[in-house]
Amino acid sequence: MSLQAARRRKQAILRWVVVGLVLTFFALPLFGMLEFTTRGAGGSGRSLDTWAKLVDFGTIDANYPDLKEGLIASAGLAVLTVVIMLVLLVPTMTWVRLRLPGLRRTVEFICLLPLTIPAIVLVVGLTPVYAWVTYLLSEDTIWLCFAYVVLVLPYAYRALDAGLGAIDVKTLSEAGRSLGASWFRIMIRIILPNLRTAVLSASFLAVALVLGEFTIANLYSRVNLQVAIFRLGKSDAQVSVAVALAALAFAFAVLFALSFVGVTRREARSPFTRRGRRRAKES
Amino acid sequence: MGVLPFFAYTTIFLLIPTLVVAIGAFLGADNTFTTSNVRALSQPAIVSSLEHSVILSAVTSVVGAVVGGLLAYAVTTAREGGTLRRLVTSLCGVLAQFGGVTLAFAFIATVGLQGFLTLRLQSIGIDLGNSTWLFEWNKGLMLVYTYFQIPLMLIVFLPAVEGLRPQWREAAETLGGSAWDYWRRVGGPILAPSFIGATLLLFTNAFSAYATAAALVSQGSPILPLNIAGTFSSEVILGQENIGKAMALAMVAVVAVVMTLYALLERRTSKWLGR
Repeated sequence: MSLQAARRRKQAILRWVVVGLVLTFFALPLFGMLEFTTRGAGGSGRSLDTWAKLVDFGTIDANYPDLKEGLIASAGLAVLTVVIMLVLLVPTMTWVRLRLPGLRRTVEFICLLPLTIPAIVLVVGLTPVYAWVTYLLSEDTIWLCFAYVVLVLPYAYRALDAGLGAIDVKTLSEAGRSLGASWFRIMIRIILPNLRTAVLSASFLAVALVLGEFTIANLYSRVNLQVAIFRLGKSDAQVSVAVALAALAFAFAVLFALSFVGVTRREARSPFTRRGRRRAKES
Repeated sequence: MGVLPFFAYTTIFLLIPTLVVAIGAFLGADNTFTTSNVRALSQPAIVSSLEHSVILSAVTSVVGAVVGGLLAYAVTTAREGGTLRRLVTSLCGVLAQFGGVTLAFAFIATVGLQGFLTLRLQSIGIDLGNSTWLFEWNKGLMLVYTYFQIPLMLIVFLPAVEGLRPQWREAAETLGGSAWDYWRRVGGPILAPSFIGATLLLFTNAFSAYATAAALVSQGSPILPLNIAGTFSSEVILGQENIGKAMALAMVAVVAVVMTLYALLERRTSKWLGR
């Protein structure tokens, strides 16, 4: 027993040293941002002016049109990306599990493919495709959602795959069919509610990715949140850093809250593990 | 067919772009087959940016893997489901995605010319030197990249560390092994494949990163993604975009090799972790 107690003590010391040092490294730049946004005019003293500006939606509307545009575009992009991603993946993955197990590896391969294709490469390749999108739809930022869905695919696939593995899709849908439900009804009333956590994590991942996306939007000269922050950084650095910090704090709050909800949360967030499936089997 | 929309969508937005890059790399300005784009990859500017990219990715992935791996182990010694674990994993979840513009700003505000740490250190007599080091690929960029590599390592590696059974350690102790014996003969070998795998993943992550560098580096193209972006937006020289496609293809090739290694390792690891 004493051996274990000694080990525990050593581990506790190691834990506090390592966690303390790394968290300090993480905290410094964040603190740097906070310090920068509270600098008073002329670089002396402290002031909350910048944050007051940020809370005052009227001034944002009037003085920072880019920011407003970017914020609206990113919000719209997040919603649209999540919707397309779910509509595309959930039925396909369910159907493949039920009827076409032979296609499973193909679907998995395609979904994980974007991991090997850097976003910058995707930008190069998507140029002609987006020429058509612009021609058929419009030049609006919102249509970047098509490219964002591709970026989200690997993460969403792993999240949903873990969720589907945890429920017995076959029995559920057979039960539904024998009670006379249509496939659409089964999807909406049976599969989706059972995938709640997986859908939630996939969606959250998509939102986080869309809010942080810069590469594609910037190179196609469209304004989303990150591009707006970037441009604003050149004229009003304090406000742009404040917005960036606020977005970060928001993302952290959501993730931390989510850590109390989901069972498959961590597994889902990391696209590279399959613990979700194992856990489901154990329970 | 229920799977048709999926295949149609991925064809348009994933397979066609890939083909555009692959074919474009071998097309000249007059749309005829040529290897001149690929041969253009041997230009000194492109070679050095590729070299920088590889070194930058290799260094930050190893540093990130070691520090992140230690952090992951430290976190697993805490109570499962406790606040520390939740806090660190959520924080890392955010910071791993926290590339780009925000990160560049954060570092400028910290160690830039007027950064608070620069000023603070100056007041106690330590000079960080002139501020341009932050914008150089082998100093500033490396530091900044490490900032998102460590959290990513934690997220990827934590499940593997959690997979270590306490019984293994107890067995080693019962047989009279010290902590060193345990790590050298049991823990280390079991974690090694997933550790290397995670490091490879970190490598591709840094290799593909564009936004951070774009926000931080305004002159020159020290790394490959910036170089590609340069050919993409410049309309000065015709045919440049196809050289961009050739560079993009080279990038995919590097990442593909690394990801293949990762997949092979992953298969080995899952055997150990009983997944």
